Parts: sequence; C-alpha cells; structure tokens
Amino acid sequence: MSTASVQLPAWINYIVVPILNLVLAFFFSGLVVWAIGESPLEALRLLLIGALGRGEGIGFTLFYATSFIFTGLSVAVAIHAGLFNIGSEGQAYLGGLGAALVALSLDRYVPWYVTMPFAVIGAALFGAACAAIPAWLQAKRGSHIVITTIMFNFITSSLMNYLLVRVLIVPGKMAPETRTFLEGGQLPKLDWLISMFGGKLGAAPLNFSFLIALVMCFLVWMLIWRTKLGYEMRTLGISPTAAGYAGIPYAKIVMIAMLISGGLAGMMALNPVMGASARLQIEFVGGAGFVGIAVSLMGRNHPVGIILAALLFGILYQGGAELSFDMPSITRDMIVVIQGLVILFAGALEYMLRPAIVRLYQQISGK
Amino acid sequence: MDYFDIFIGILGSAVRLSIPLLFTALAGLFSERAGIFDIGLEGKMLVSAFASACAAYWTGNAWLGLAAGILVAIAFSFIHGFASITNRGNQIVSGVALNFVAAGLTIVLGQAWFGQGGRTAQVPGSGRFAPIILPGTDAIRDVPILGPLYANVISGNNILTYIAFLMVPISWWVLYRTRFGLRLRAVGENPGAVDTAGISVSWLRYRALIVTGFLAGFAGTYLAIAQSAAFINNMSAGKGYIALAALIFAKWKPVPVMLACLLFGFLDAFANFMQGKSLPLIGEVPVQIFQALPYILTCVLLAGFIGIARPPKAGGVPYTKER
Repeated sequence: MSTASVQLPAWINYIVVPILNLVLAFFFSGLVVWAIGESPLEALRLLLIGALGRGEGIGFTLFYATSFIFTGLSVAVAIHAGLFNIGSEGQAYLGGLGAALVALSLDRYVPWYVTMPFAVIGAALFGAACAAIPAWLQAKRGSHIVITTIMFNFITSSLMNYLLVRVLIVPGKMAPETRTFLEGGQLPKLDWLISMFGGKLGAAPLNFSFLIALVMCFLVWMLIWRTKLGYEMRTLGISPTAAGYAGIPYAKIVMIAMLISGGLAGMMALNPVMGASARLQIEFVGGAGFVGIAVSLMGRNHPVGIILAALLFGILYQGGAELSFDMPSITRDMIVVIQGLVILFAGALEYMLRPAIVRLYQQISGK
Repeated sequence: MDYFDIFIGILGSAVRLSIPLLFTALAGLFSERAGIFDIGLEGKMLVSAFASACAAYWTGNAWLGLAAGILVAIAFSFIHGFASITNRGNQIVSGVALNFVAAGLTIVLGQAWFGQGGRTAQVPGSGRFAPIILPGTDAIRDVPILGPLYANVISGNNILTYIAFLMVPISWWVLYRTRFGLRLRAVGENPGAVDTAGISVSWLRYRALIVTGFLAGFAGTYLAIAQSAAFINNMSAGKGYIALAALIFAKWKPVPVMLACLLFGFLDAFANFMQGKSLPLIGEVPVQIFQALPYILTCVLLAGFIGIARPPKAGGVPYTKER
C-alpha cells in the first residue's frame, strides 16, 4: 500500500518530523566540521556557550532572532496564500529606507515612542511597496512571483546603493550611511528583560522591536486562522481552483497577501536600523531575508514554530560568531552551510523520511 | 576613431563578461526545458569555480581543473535531482538551499584549506586557461574596422570562450534534432505523455540535470581559472541569477539565450566603462542603473510588454507516476 495517503497524528507531523529533519541537517554540518579536522561536539558546545552562556550572548541571540521572526513571518504569510516570496531580503532593505526617513525627520522633535508607530508604518509601507510590483505581475500578468521577487532583490539593492552613496550620505563622510539618529529616532534597549533573569545585556543590541515582533506573531496568527481574509488566503494556497469556485478573488488575495508579506519584511528593518546602529547602513539586511525562508520552513509556517526556529537561527548566528573566535579554522560562514542544509532537509526533502516513519508508525500502532 | 577604439574595448569586455552567463543560461535551459526549475545555478557556478581553482592549484593543470569543476557541479545537480525528482520536493526550495550550501561551503573549506579568508591560493600559469591569439591577427590588425575588431574581440580570448559559443549550436542541435532533445522538451511540457510512451520521466530529468551540471561546471571554471587566477569569496556575485534572467529573456531558446547573454554582458561592460564618466546632454548616469537594467528588462518582459515569455508547462511540478 502506498504510504502517501496515510494520515499521521499531528504530533508526528509537527514535532517529530521537523526534529528529525533538523537532526539530519546538523549531522551533515557536523560532517563538514569533522572534515575540516575539528571536533563537531566541541564546536557545538562552544556554539551553545557563545549563544546562551552570558546575558550579553542571550541579548545578541534574541537580537538576531527578532530580525528572523519578521522575515520568517513574511515568508510564511506568502506561503499560506501559495506564493513563494524570495524577495524578503529586498523588501527589508527598502523597509529600512522607510524607517530611516521617519527617524531622520522626527528624531529632533519628539521622543522615541512617538516616532515608533510612524516608523513601523513607514517601514511596512516601503516593504510593501517593494512587494507590490511582483505581486501585481503575479496577479494580473501571470509572471512567476519567484522570478520577479529575485529580480526585485537586485533592483532594490541597486536603488539603495545609489541612494546611500549619492543622496543620503552625510556630506564629507566616506561611509555610505545616513547620519546617526538622535535619541528620538532610536528604539530603547531591553536591559530590563535580561536583568529580570539575572543577566546583563552589556553591548548586545536587543531592543524594543523584539516586542513588536512578538505582537506581529500574534497578529499573523489572528489573521491566518481567525479571519475571513486568512481563510481565503489559505484556501487559495491549498487549491487555487477551489478558491476560484468559492468566489474568492484571485488577484485581490494575491495582492493583499504579498503586501502584508512585504510589510512584515520591511518591519524587520526597525531592528538593525533603529534598534542597533541608529543609522541606515549599506547592506544592513545581511541575508536575514533569506534566513526567513529557512525559519518559515522549519517553523511549519506557524507563528509559534517561527519563534522557535528564529531562536534556533539566532543561536546559530550568535554562537557561530563566538565559535569562529575560539576555532579560527571554522569561519562564520559555517552558519550559511547549516542554514542551507536546514532548508534542504526541512524544505526540499521534507517527504524523504515520511514513508519510513509511516511504516514505523503502523507497526507500532498495530494497524 | 577614438570612439571606435572605446567601442571595441567595451565590446571585447562585453564578450568576456557574457561567457559565464552564456554557459550558465544554457545549463538552465536544459533543466528548465525538462521541467525542473533551477534557482541553484548560482550555487553550481560557485562550487565549480571553487573546485576548479583547487584542482588547478594542486595539479597545475587547467583541464583537470575543468574536470573537477564539472564533476562537483554535476554532484550538486544530483542533490537537486534527488530532492526534486526522487523525493518530489519543492524545486525552488531545493535550489535556494543549494545556493546557501554552496556559498557557505566554499568559504568554510577555502578558509580551512588555504587560510586566506575564503580565497584559494593563486593558481600558477599552467593551471589557467590563457588567451589564444588567433592566426592572422597581426596580418590584418591594420585593416580599418575589421582589424581591431578581429584583434580585440574575436581573437585573444581563452579556449573556454570559443567552447561557449560552440555550445550554442550544439545545444540547439541536441534539443531540436535528437531523440533525447525531443523527449527532454516533451517531459517539460507533458510528462504524462512521455510516461505513457514507456520512457522513464525520472531518468530523463536526471539526464537533463547532468547536462545542466556539465555546462554550469564550465561557467564556474571560466570564472576561477580563465577570467581570474583564484577563487574569491562569492565570486559568482549574482551571475547565476542574471543568467536565469537571460534564460527567461530569451524565452527558453538557445540562440536568443546567446543574444540575451551578450546584451547583459554588454550592459555590464558599459556600466564598468561609464563609472565616473558623464554623457553629453544627460550628465553623469548612476552606475546602479546599468547594474539593475538586466533585472528591470526581465521584469518588463515577464509583464508581457515585450512578447510573452511562456515557461515550459510542466516546470516546477514534481511528477507523480500513477500508482
């Protein structure tokens, strides 16, 4: 009998399978570490200590996780509507422009909590704007969203390079970046959150946008599972034909889903731009948009899963940085390998283990 | 005459810049016509560049470098095939994953083996593909127009450049004049029909991916040991995606692929030339416009404003054999 049609209980689908896929990804990452001539277990130990050992490490871990929650949500919302948005990277980059413009124009006059809502809206609007054209091309002209969002990553990158090098740069300075925002344009650090657990935040840039990210997780959960719009998006994602028969307007839902997705990606910029460096810098996204793909796949496109997966990648990013100090032969780019393997096993090869698991399950449950 | 010299200079550099695009776009042509989307072209180019630089450095032989580049690219093709054909996984996700693995692995291994921050060691002259001066270059150099064109654009390239242009008619012939090509195109449009005819869809798609790896191996090798003399961090720098754009721009046909790659190569060369210069009447044009132009053009094409780009019908859909 074919194993494809067998229903597995939710705890296997949502807990056992992702963990097995993760174990496989780490096993192969370990092989790479071993091939370089270092001990994989020692590397893992150093990585965990670097990420979770001290308050500062935890602060950095949560700082990275904040960015990944935003981009993970961005990818997940699009996936629920059956769209694969590879453009989170570019949307976050343009979102940074929105946040920076708000911060630059308001920071002299008002305190941060007045600037913040406008910055959130600015970042989301610019991120959504970056997703709007690919969305329109998909909805109305049938162009493949994957290709157009890839193209827009590059177009955005060129545009932002131009703006930072020629327009926004501080006259007389060499570095292509805006001026430093005053306090009114910065998001406060979350010292109190870490000291609640007895740690010290130190130089870690964990900031208020972490809380915004958590609020967004809740809102996305509401949207996808508790609203009519979310229902329509999921229907479209599972079966476009069924959605068509049910009278769900294809073009409208595609546009809305992509705009929300782009907006969430854009908000990611709050974290590095207004939370950490207090200025708009070149290439500040640094691949977080692509990590969002891994986070969303790992987290099974559910906000809770996304938080967990974002924490995992936060640990990898922070721990990886520390690891490269302790083991100079392992560079930080090891994270990129792990990230790739996680996407491969949790995403592309997600069905590989299924037949074996189904057989095992049937044997144990005696059916 | 001055302008003409400049033009010839740009043209020569356009040809050199379009070669990796051409190999990669032709590589993508085979997999996409067989119904397998390949976002992972960028990664294949990168790993093969790394492998060829390593092999050429250790053996001092450029051809062994090429062989290593091809083998590693084919190995990556097999992973893509295993995920997207055998396990019917999402082809795009698999491609994205392989791009990350390639980007990370080349730097990690490069640092571990050479300790130069992800660069490989400088490849000696014997391990590189050197420019070939075609016969008669000196004889006709003084002929106006034709002479400089021959000397700077047609002659003086390395062997891989000529192979790249040779691959265009060969790809056309394979795709449109052989049984394998007919079946390959069929499997990209209607795999069910191919299956009904008693031909294995999986094996056919695997073979298409082997061809893809083979051609992508040339592209990476060209970057590492023909255009430069070592592997450098992330040296493909998005060329895989430009090649993908060229492939779409050419509507998945071999000869237009060549023209699209030459166009994008020309834009690149022109952007390099224009850096810091200003045009009459318009003034200084930002370099970034030229950098973004291939992507903008492709989006405009995809929007259906310059003809219609229709991808192979079964592209991106894993084939499930009837049970």
